[in-house]
Amino acid sequence: MSTAEAEQVEEQSDHHGSHDHGHDPHLAHHFETMEQQFDAGKLGIWLFLVTEVLFFSGLFVAYAVYRVLHPEVFVDAHHYLNTTLGAFNTVVLLVSSLTMAWAVRAAQLNQQQLLIRLLAITLGCASLFLGVKAVEYSHKWGLGLLWAGAYSAGDVETEVAAEAAHESGSDDVSDGHSDVLHVDSAGEHEDGGHGAAGHADDKAHHDTLIALLVLCLPACLGVAICAGGVNFAKKRSLPAAKTFWTLLVGVGLAFFAGVALGQIVEGFSGHGGDSTSHHAETEKVKTAEEVEVARRYTGVFFSIYYCMTGVHAIHILGGMGVIGWLLWRSIRGDFGSSYFGPVDYVGLYWHLVDLVWIYLFPLLYLIR
Amino acid sequence: MIAANPIVTARNSDDNYLTAGKGIKSWVFTLDHKRIGVMYLVGIVLSFFLGGIMALLVRAELFTPGKLFLTEDKYNEIFTLHGAIMTFLFLIPSIPAVLGNFFLPMMLGAKDVAFPRMNLVSFHLWVFGAIFFLAALLFGGLDTGWTFYTPYSTTTNSTVIAATMGVFILGFSSIFTGLNFVVTINTMRPAGMTWFRLPLFLWSLYATSIIQLLATPVLGITMILLTAEKMLGIGVFDPKLGGDPVLYQHFFWFYSHPAVYIMILPAMGVISELISVFSRKPIFGYRFVAFSSIAIALLGFLVWGHHMFVSSQSAMAAVIFSALTFSVSIPSAIKVFNWLATMYKGAIRLDTPMCYALSFILLFGIGGLTGLFLGALSTDVHLHDTYFVVAHFHYVMMGGTLIAFFAGLHYWWPKMFGRMYSERWAKVACLLIFVGFNWTFFPQFLLGTQGMPRRYARYEEQFQSLHRVSTTGAMVLGVGLFASAGVLGHSLVRGRKAPANPWGAATLEWQTTSPPPLHNFKHVPTVSYPYDYTDLVYEGESSGYVRRPAMPLKRDVPEVKEPALV
Repeated sequence: MSTAEAEQVEEQSDHHGSHDHGHDPHLAHHFETMEQQFDAGKLGIWLFLVTEVLFFSGLFVAYAVYRVLHPEVFVDAHHYLNTTLGAFNTVVLLVSSLTMAWAVRAAQLNQQQLLIRLLAITLGCASLFLGVKAVEYSHKWGLGLLWAGAYSAGDVETEVAAEAAHESGSDDVSDGHSDVLHVDSAGEHEDGGHGAAGHADDKAHHDTLIALLVLCLPACLGVAICAGGVNFAKKRSLPAAKTFWTLLVGVGLAFFAGVALGQIVEGFSGHGGDSTSHHAETEKVKTAEEVEVARRYTGVFFSIYYCMTGVHAIHILGGMGVIGWLLWRSIRGDFGSSYFGPVDYVGLYWHLVDLVWIYLFPLLYLIR
Repeated sequence: MIAANPIVTARNSDDNYLTAGKGIKSWVFTLDHKRIGVMYLVGIVLSFFLGGIMALLVRAELFTPGKLFLTEDKYNEIFTLHGAIMTFLFLIPSIPAVLGNFFLPMMLGAKDVAFPRMNLVSFHLWVFGAIFFLAALLFGGLDTGWTFYTPYSTTTNSTVIAATMGVFILGFSSIFTGLNFVVTINTMRPAGMTWFRLPLFLWSLYATSIIQLLATPVLGITMILLTAEKMLGIGVFDPKLGGDPVLYQHFFWFYSHPAVYIMILPAMGVISELISVFSRKPIFGYRFVAFSSIAIALLGFLVWGHHMFVSSQSAMAAVIFSALTFSVSIPSAIKVFNWLATMYKGAIRLDTPMCYALSFILLFGIGGLTGLFLGALSTDVHLHDTYFVVAHFHYVMMGGTLIAFFAGLHYWWPKMFGRMYSERWAKVACLLIFVGFNWTFFPQFLLGTQGMPRRYARYEEQFQSLHRVSTTGAMVLGVGLFASAGVLGHSLVRGRKAPANPWGAATLEWQTTSPPPLHNFKHVPTVSYPYDYTDLVYEGESSGYVRRPAMPLKRDVPEVKEPALV
């Protein structure tokens, strides 16, 4: 701590003159060494992840507070979520995390082709995830299971139940509900005996399709742009660009694979998987008042569901953007054992996005 | 890549950073931390001007108990935008984004911050967020108070969404600045710059950055939830749907209480530098001052509940939050006592920055001590939402942060722009600000204790005399602020050329020319204890200080004593 020990820092103006050549071209002017640059980036991304955790923490707190205030709403409403699709998506993201971590290793070991493939698979998994999510969202939409402000399943429920009660003279309203609410998207339950139910079923089916089309549109657009990119690269004979755009077309198609898969699973399990029987069973245990509260507030469960999964999906999209950027750079051959920072940083981000889903899945789908 | 990047294009070492690139593009897309700091300065001064005009309008309206020239609705809009602009556009970025951006790398001995591009994005986001605020102002106004409390913010017809989106964007700007600072201080210290050779301003910026990183994202998600609540009706804050409006207050203050430390910590850092330089004595208790910054940053996260003593918080929670609130006063008092101990037997020189620094100690002292009345449960129930609160936070935020910002600006002005301002007129402006400030806000303590509620456009006859005093003082304060801007502006045109080290300070930024060259240092800066003034001697020729030429026997000189308390 004394002037006697005074040490000197490298002269600034000297830096450009003497160090520009012979240095790694990836070293920015204000860093002294590649190690310093890598450490700065690594600390930066970890701090960014800390902010991400706190960003999500707001949503988790909102979830916790509302669940403590109204636990019955969560128990009641989670039956509408399709556990099979949720579990499938969990596996998809876990696989993508594996390929991402492996990609970092590939970059460190200078395995260029493997790096490109692994990044493409990671992107494909992300796309697949979003495809499945699109199916889930559109089916909720079709049934009116939206956030509280737009939630309409309750209205349909009451209306149809009243009609059904009027027609059949039955007092058992809840049976009427479950029929209408958990009606199959494939329309298998369209029996003429329940005129009103059949009508609601049609409408739900119709709305689901529209929502799905809306959600698929950006993906279609993306695939079209990528196909255009392939064509352009072919004409100009740009091999790197051609590889890049071709891989992206594959990534776009993974979205539609997700959609197809989601549709099949939804078709098999009906809405909310095993919920029909379960729902009826739980309702018997509850008092009428509890059922009433649960019904009134179900929309808020979906508010929280859409906020959490929506913010997560935006992070998936952001992650796809940066992984796409990595893919392009790795096709260009930027990364290797001496420079792999960006792959490492994006990898950390991607693991965080996956980790958030690992928490979302049980908190939203697996409530007991 | 940005073509106009002056760091890449300009190589002429005679250029300083101001002349290193020409044209508007060389500014708007610069990656140079100094230019980004200057652009922030311009933006922040404009916001302060806008917020200040609104403050004067509010004070003018309160000259009479009845209506003078503002309707109740307009009054609500104007005080809301005053608060929101001052908080989000001025106070939070003020010292870190202007002085921190400019001087953090220089005081560290680095060439730039760790992520220059992110630094530029931070400024662009700030501009973008400011545009949202202006939109909120122009398209109908905002009338919720700067806190956007639910359910009012979700039911009013004013432009809440534009403002909350503005806050969301400004939050990212703040996060990027904080992230950059932490990484820069951690990884870019040159050889010899150990943690305990960091100037205290950098310690305070480090503590500030920790808060920015940990608290701001929570504000971000709160604003998203609030916007969703207003646009879509998600129900989380809506009691009709089983939600909890007080939850919003918890979210909001979880950020906004630590945010007041985002505002005050860098101010304390500036004062720590100034007190030592202008007393020509090493700072007393360096480590205590450094660690008290970190302590304030961490304790600041545990006290948000004191904003909700009367918002149906449980009595137990209120007691705990009250006790924790008092704990923050310990590290704050440590700083004040250390500043006083530094001045004790020092060779005090009352240059303009020191005048501001002394004002800070007094005003912050009053602001801090009146905070104790608000942290104590029994008194807060009476003082809550009165002018006492208004006076308290103006003493802390304006008497603290703004005065320290002015202190720092006057201190570093010669380095930033290479010109000396008129000492005499700068002191006159300082005096006007100090007198005007107390004239405005001291009567508000009295108003508060007499029961005058805050945010009211109309009031009882009995409060008129004090309101009139306060309004008159506000005009004096306004004149002082304009005078100060005039003095600094004048120096740019007519000011004497500044020497490299006009104040005899020992931190690294004074070892380079004024204004600094593009890459900060032409000569190798010598890293040593930042508060050791023994080698600095006055040189009449340049009217600045220079380091005595190194003597061959230097190695035998005993260690300069850093007051050992640990």
